[in-house]
Parts: sequence; C-alpha cells; structure tokens
Amino acid sequence: MAKQSLTPERAREYWSKTSTLMWTVLAIWFVFGFLIHAFVTSLNTIVIGGFPLGFYMAAQGSLIVFVIIIFWYAMRQNRIDEDFGVTED
Amino acid sequence: MLKGDFTQNLGKVYAMYTGGFLGFTIILAILEQLGVPNRVIGYLFVALTIGVYALIGILSRTTQVSEYYVAGRKVPAFYNGMATGADWISAASFIGMAGTLYALGYDGLAFVLGWTGGYVLVAVLLAPYLRKFGQFTVPDFLGARYGGNLARFAGIIVLLSASFTYVVAQVYGTGIIASRFLGISFEVAVFVGLAGILVCSMLGGMRAVTWTQVAQYIILIIAYLLPVVIMSAQVTGVPIPELMYGQALQKITALEQTLGVTKPHVQPFTNYDPLNFFGLILCLMIGTAALPHVLMRFFTTPSVRDARMSVGWSLLFIFILYFTAPSYAAFAKLEVYQNVIGQQISALPQWVSLWGQIGLVGACDAPNAAEVFAMCKGVVGNGDGILQLAEFKINNDAIVLATPEIAGLPYVVAGLVAAGGLAAALSTADGLLLAIANALSHDIYYRMIDPHADAKRRLIVARALLVGVAIIAAYVASTKPAGILSMVAWAFSLAASGLFPALVMGIWWKRTTSIGAILGIIAGWGICLYYLIMTQYFAMPLWFGVKNISCGLFGIPVAFIVTYVVSLFTPAPSQEMQDFVESIRVPRGDVALAAGQAKAE
Repeated sequence: MAKQSLTPERAREYWSKTSTLMWTVLAIWFVFGFLIHAFVTSLNTIVIGGFPLGFYMAAQGSLIVFVIIIFWYAMRQNRIDEDFGVTED
Repeated sequence: MLKGDFTQNLGKVYAMYTGGFLGFTIILAILEQLGVPNRVIGYLFVALTIGVYALIGILSRTTQVSEYYVAGRKVPAFYNGMATGADWISAASFIGMAGTLYALGYDGLAFVLGWTGGYVLVAVLLAPYLRKFGQFTVPDFLGARYGGNLARFAGIIVLLSASFTYVVAQVYGTGIIASRFLGISFEVAVFVGLAGILVCSMLGGMRAVTWTQVAQYIILIIAYLLPVVIMSAQVTGVPIPELMYGQALQKITALEQTLGVTKPHVQPFTNYDPLNFFGLILCLMIGTAALPHVLMRFFTTPSVRDARMSVGWSLLFIFILYFTAPSYAAFAKLEVYQNVIGQQISALPQWVSLWGQIGLVGACDAPNAAEVFAMCKGVVGNGDGILQLAEFKINNDAIVLATPEIAGLPYVVAGLVAAGGLAAALSTADGLLLAIANALSHDIYYRMIDPHADAKRRLIVARALLVGVAIIAAYVASTKPAGILSMVAWAFSLAASGLFPALVMGIWWKRTTSIGAILGIIAGWGICLYYLIMTQYFAMPLWFGVKNISCGLFGIPVAFIVTYVVSLFTPAPSQEMQDFVESIRVPRGDVALAAGQAKAE
C-alpha cells in the first residue's frame, strides 16, 4: 500500500514538486495563450516565409507550443512519480 | 473481430479500416469517371460510412455496467486521443471554423487558440486526478468531494444546460449535411442523422462510442486535409498548405490595398477589441476544461499515466485540424480576390453559381440579384456588369464545402468532405448524448433515486434515457431554432463558470468546503446565465462592453471568489475528506473514500 510507503514528509515533498510543475506549465500556457498576442502589432512587422509573425503565433505557433508542453508535462510528472515510487502498481 | 484480443490488434484493425476506406474512395472516383451520377456517389458515401459506424456499434454491444459507462477502462492513450479528437471536433469546427477565419481574419484566431489551449488545463489540473478518482461521471466527483446529492445535482444542472444546446446544434448539423448531399428534406434528414447517432451509442454505450469515434476521426481528418492539400499544390506547387499559405497571405495583403478592403486579413482587433478577443480565448479555454463530454473520455484510460499522455495525443489530433483551418481561409480568400472580385459577371468561376443555387454564395451585381441568389437579400448592386467587393456575399459554411469545386476537383472529393462533416457531427453528438444520458441514468436514477437497482435494470434505464434525449434533441433541431450557433458558444461560458472552479479547487485546495463549492457553482453559473439572458433578450446594456458570448469573464471569477470566501467561513472539511483528496493526488494506492461516499465499481 502506497499510503504507508510515503511518509507525510515525502508526501508533502511530492505534492510541492507536482505543484511547481503545474505552475510552470501554467506560466508557459499564459505566455503563449495570452501575453505574446498582446504584442501582435509589433510582431507583425517581422515576416517569415510570407507569415507576419504575430499572425503566425496565433494561427500556428502557440498551438505547437501547447501540444509540446502537454507531452513534456506528462513525461516530467511520470518521472516525478517514479522518483517517489508512487507509480501505479 | 471485436472480441478478446481486440485491444491488442487495434493498430492492425484501424490500418485495414483506413486502407479499406481509401480503396472505397478510389472505387467511387472510378465509378464517377464511368458516368455514375453525383447523387449516387453521395448516397454511397453516406450509406457506407454510417453502415460502418453501425457495424462497430453493434459489435461493441455490452451488458456490463463498466463497459457501458467507461469502456471497461481499457482504451490506450493513443486511441483515446483519437476518440477525444472526434468527440471534440464538431460540425461547427469542421465546416464553420475556416469560414469564421475567412470572415474575421486575425480576430477569428481567438477560436483556434481557445479551442486548443484548454487542453493544457485539462492535462495539468484535471484529467489525471479525475482518472485516479475513477468513477463514471463528472457529477460523481462533485458528489463524492462535496458531500452528496446537492453538489451532484448542481453539477447535473450545469451539465445539462451546457450540453443540451450543444447536442441540438450537432443534430442540426447532421440534418444540414444529409439534406444537402442526399437531396432529402431537412426534417427527414434530422431523423436520418438521429438514427446514425443511436446505432453507434445505444447498444454499447461508451465502449461503442469510443471505437466508432476512432473510425470517425480517421474519415474526418482525411476529408479535411485532402481538398486543401490539392489546392495548395495547385496554387503554390507544394502540397503542404500549413507551410505554404504564407504566400497566399502576402498576395492577399497586396490585393487588399488595391481593392480597398477596410479590415485587412492579418490585422488584429478589427472585429473584436482586445478585451473581447482575450476574454473569448479565456472562456473557450476554461470551458474546454469543464465540458463533461470531454472530461469523461479520460475516465476510460487504463491508468493515470495513460490519462496524462492521452491528453497530449488528444490535442495533437485536434491540432491537425485547427492548424490547417487558417490555410483554408487564406486560399479561399485569395481565390475570391483574384478570380471573383472585379470580374465580369459573365466570367465568374463556375463554383459561384453552383453554390449560389444552394444559397451559400451571392453575386449581387444586378439590382434584382436577390431573385437568383438568396444571399443577396438586402444588397443593392450597381448593375455595371462587374462584381464589386460589396456585391459579393459568401456564407461561412461555403469555405470548406466549396473548396473541392474551387480547386476543380471531381465530385467524389465533395462527397468525401460531406462524409467527413457528417463524421464530425455524429461523433460529437454521440459523446454529448452519452454525457447527458449518463448524468440522468447514473447520477439521477441510480445514485439519487434507486441505489439498489441491479446492473440489468440500470442499463435498460440508461438506454431508454439515451433514446429519449436523442428524440427530444432531434425534435428541437427539426424546428430550426434561431441562433443555434451562438448558443453553442454560450455552452462554453456556462460550463466554465459552473464546473471549472468546483472541480479544480476540489482537487488543488483541500480547504474547499461543500457549502463553498455549491454556492460557487450556483453563483458563477447564475451570473453567467443572468448576463446571457438579460443582454440577449431584455436589451440590458453590456458590462464593460463584454459580449455575452464571453459571459464566463464574470462567472468564472465570481465562482472562484465565492467558493474561496465561503470555504474560509465554514468549518474545514473532515480529516476523512482530506485523506480522500490526498489519495486522488497520488497515482498509487486505493482511493480513500470517506464515510457516506458511494463506492466505485
């Protein structure tokens, strides 16, 4: 049983690591979901491959970041579970 | 085929299925060249795809409760991702998204961002913990965490308010597509669509819906990509529209200057001000993370670990469509600016009159154009024989649907697009219908009315309710209610305001009390609903200029604040309840149920 194998101290540590990862992901989410698009007008002056950068970030760039951070999060959190020995049996 | 080791052979089964579907499309293409009429091609496409879904639905029939509600928790992360993709991509996304981008330009990207970014919230805040909790429905969690039936009931009300309008819109969508491609009346088409939905879901519940949704995803994504890939190859010489539409954007910007377009395609904040743009993104994202038909898909994975990965796969599969939608809009706009605007009426491309007859496009130069083109109502042309910018009208839905004709492709591609649109509408309708019927059969009937009902009885009730809800939805859709699409957008704000704070705080803040959460649900959902109704029907002035589609901008913070403040003023949850929260935060071990909490099966 896992409840016994994780001391209260280790449990707190596990949750603080998990929370830190959560806030990190949410910070990246906020930057690419909102913050970067506040600068769309100035970013649009940069044009790459025909795409104005500000437009590109909302149409494709942020979406790519969202996909990557979810997989990155899943891998990081799964590793935290392994480090604390709380993966499913 | 679907027995025993089916889950070990998924790759093979779906590869064969995809190959079979492509082969079928090629055969139809050959038949078309041999002179088989278009209408027959359309019928064959619709009949075969619905036939396949029905076959999967019948093969996946089940008499076990956990198979019916959560597909036996055996769905691998990758396939659950595909099923979630089909669950998520609705008729509006498939047909309307590109058109919205065509009409709104940059500002339409709020929908693209909002409908993808929400999965980040699902991944880190909710999915793994709801999977660990491991019961059947979202209201199950509210009931367990917040001490019983009152919280469960509040959750059900929010769920119904958000999901029902949404399912009506999907049934409406199936009716539109079926009537257009089969040439039958809309009212009959709605019930054809209804039959398609029920054969997928009634006998096998979640299990059947899961495996049909995977099949539907494959068809819808092929159908979405093929026309625009060919178009990109024609216009730019490279068949990768997502990379190449930058060239189209350049040409559009240049043409906009010569044509005198006042709202350039790539210029931000011409239709929405920044407050509404960012507000809409936030409401759609949080709404995504609160819609029960999405969250319940993550109850079906074998483990917490798989639930996390599965959110990633889900977004990847959804991403493929949203990532492509802006290129549809750009290529269509380029075609219109280059080959339609400023042309002699007699020299217009053929697709204009083709889709004009159906009422989705209007070339309104002649003063009496409204007699020929339904889209021209209220537009007064100058009759100079040349089509000006202001004289051209196009319905949002026409962008995706007309692309095969714009690119001059054979009819079989148009049939493929119709089959894809139908798959998108049916798969979303299945998921929504199941979420509604499960809330009624599992949460209301089993948990609240008759907790001693045996498995057989529960499944009979579940199926009866499923059929009942489906018929009501089809009836409402057949009356063609006005404003159905804006009601779908409301669903996101309602779910976001009602469910998101209670779910997230229940997991992440142990101090959240039952009274706090229940009052939070009522306050958030109530404010949102009040704002919607008062601004929509009673001409109440907007608060801070926020459009009512983003009413969650008020509801979400109110729900968080009420839950927080009331929780602080009420006694802390019992030690047992805190242990329960602890136990769902850690993947290993059993869920520590407090006294009075209903056991999972």
